[in-house]
Amino acid sequence: MSLETPLHKAQGLGSSHSGVRHFWSQRITAVALIPLGIWFAISMLGLAGTGIVPVLIFLSNPLNAVLMGAFVLISLYHMALGIQEVILDYVPHPGFRFFLVFLNYGFSFAVAAASVFALLRIVGTT
Amino acid sequence: MADQPHKPAIRPLSPFLTVFRWPITMATSIVHRMTGVALAGGTVLLAWWLVASASGPETFDFFNMVVGSTLGQLVLFGFVWSFAFHMVNGIRHLAWDLGYGFSVPTANLTGILVFALSLLLAVGAFALVYLGQGGYYQ
Repeated sequence: MSLETPLHKAQGLGSSHSGVRHFWSQRITAVALIPLGIWFAISMLGLAGTGIVPVLIFLSNPLNAVLMGAFVLISLYHMALGIQEVILDYVPHPGFRFFLVFLNYGFSFAVAAASVFALLRIVGTT
Repeated sequence: MADQPHKPAIRPLSPFLTVFRWPITMATSIVHRMTGVALAGGTVLLAWWLVASASGPETFDFFNMVVGSTLGQLVLFGFVWSFAFHMVNGIRHLAWDLGYGFSVPTANLTGILVFALSLLLAVGAFALVYLGQGGYYQ
């Protein structure tokens, strides 16, 4: 006899209630961040110590703008997943834990919004 | 135990970080987490750089001044090393996910390699810039 309800069985999500979605999202973003991160590092070295003009020329190039946008957004998604894991591991109080998880996603969206707005403005005005 | 029924037994505590000696694999695991949390702060620096670039020369120069200061460079080195470590050790984790590198000697060796390579990458990046080899997109 199974103790699982029919709905629970049909969802097939096990005791974590969310299946392996968190795990898979973490790995997929991790793999994507390898080439994007290498591109980012090479780009930052190329812009190290320059004035604003080379930065604007670099970021207004459509390919660079798209890669930078992808790097920022995928990094933030990867970050939100990772920080959530840390919060769930170390914060025992349920209310405070909920608050921090909430804050984590709020922080991610705020940084994402600021970065995308800045990128769009650079592409649109340069 | 049966001989001394009134004395409370000294029970073993659940071991935690301060109890274990630190094998290299444990150090890489903990540092992976720490660098991950540090890099969350790094996203703010990146967003600030983007917003400063979009805002104009004055805000951009202010950003450059802050990051170019001694303290700024120290913090930047921390971010660069954290980035290198999290990247290299992340690749190690992905190899584990695929089932490679689980034997203890291999995991110890790759652990040492991750520390060495990440430090080399971070110091190398700073050396390139300080020796005038950075800024090639100018």
